Amino acid sequence: MKLLETAVHEIETAEELEKIIGENENVMVSCGRMGPMCIPVYDDMEELEEERPNIKFYSMAFDTPEAALIKNAPMCRGFMGLPFNVYYKNGKMVKTTSSIQNREQITSILDEYLSE
Amino acid sequence: MDDVFDVIILGAGAAGLTAGIYSSRAKLNTLILNQGTIGGQMVLTNEIANYPGVETINGYVVANTMKKQAKDFGCQIKSNVKIAEYKFEGQIKSVKLEDGRIFQAKSVILAPGGKPRSLNIPGEEEFKGTGISYCATCDGEFFTGKELIVVGGGNSALEEAVTLTNYATKVTIVHQFSQFQAFEHAVQEAKKNPKIGFIMESELRGFFGNGMLEKVTIEHLPTGKLTEKTVDGVFIFVGYLPNTDTLKNIISLNDRNEIIVDADMKTNITGVFAAGDCNVKKYRQVTTAVADGSIAALSAAEYLLTIN
Repeated sequence: MKLLETAVHEIETAEELEKIIGENENVMVSCGRMGPMCIPVYDDMEELEEERPNIKFYSMAFDTPEAALIKNAPMCRGFMGLPFNVYYKNGKMVKTTSSIQNREQITSILDEYLSE
Repeated sequence: MDDVFDVIILGAGAAGLTAGIYSSRAKLNTLILNQGTIGGQMVLTNEIANYPGVETINGYVVANTMKKQAKDFGCQIKSNVKIAEYKFEGQIKSVKLEDGRIFQAKSVILAPGGKPRSLNIPGEEEFKGTGISYCATCDGEFFTGKELIVVGGGNSALEEAVTLTNYATKVTIVHQFSQFQAFEHAVQEAKKNPKIGFIMESELRGFFGNGMLEKVTIEHLPTGKLTEKTVDGVFIFVGYLPNTDTLKNIISLNDRNEIIVDADMKTNITGVFAAGDCNVKKYRQVTTAVADGSIAALSAAEYLLTIN
């Protein structure tokens, strides 16, 4: 069941998440709610989807148990701010951030970790 | 280049969306250009309990309903835009985006709103998301069983401190003055809460930790004495700054960078109006932003009658 009202495709199950990161070279997932710290990140991702066709952008609801793969990831340990933004390269989690990020902060990570 | 709109509204918070509803319902060809989150500061509020005629409602729901109302009346909304240049002189105003698109209109309503003020002290950016937060509704539960500091003395600070006691074992409010600026009912709610303590006439000077926030330094302003306090998290609610940086030297601002308007929301430039938290005003509420937006749209409509 979809819980987020965003144009960024929402991953609904852990199985779908594993499939996506297994099949795509560059993936960004923002795991959050429909709150003021999360919505601006989804908005930026929606825009970046058009500009960065080599990267797949997804959202995932923080409150579903299906998101345990992200919430319990060692790279997300100590995070205390939504959303949890996770970046995968060739199936491996390479970078994570907690709380709101602006467009420049996101693109900086995309350039450093998910460039060709 | 697109057609000339009757009204371009810059911003889609409570003021901008209300102006969009009023002007599009008046059959004015209306475009909202929005750089931030639709709904603006409204979406920061989990529960709006003092909007007349509505018992309690979520801020995000209000924002989305306003957006739908505006669109249903024919208002166009373009979000996620980055504005590069304004030209407000003359009868036809124009707004140029960073991607090169230019939009023109006979009148403009500025409603860029405000942004949360940060403390700008060492460690603030480093511990954002690992101990520092600006949204109790979003992040409060991460601090269950923890000890917190809330910085600020306005309504948001005191109300959010009370909310955070649902999670934290202790909440200490640190405020720079000897009195709070919040409404009395909010002050009383905080003072009667046994989990809330107060450090007055003091400011935070730095955040410290190893990966996660562990302690802060606090300066007692009358004496200059610095103390360290161990803490798990800090929530910052120290007001808002008007989003008027790009309007400097274009429109008349006061020394706090707020837009100067008259009672009809007119700025110093003919055909340019302003509404909401960006304006010079004492009280910043959803209701006052909505009122500003209504007045600005009606004033713009009246202005268009004089030039058409």
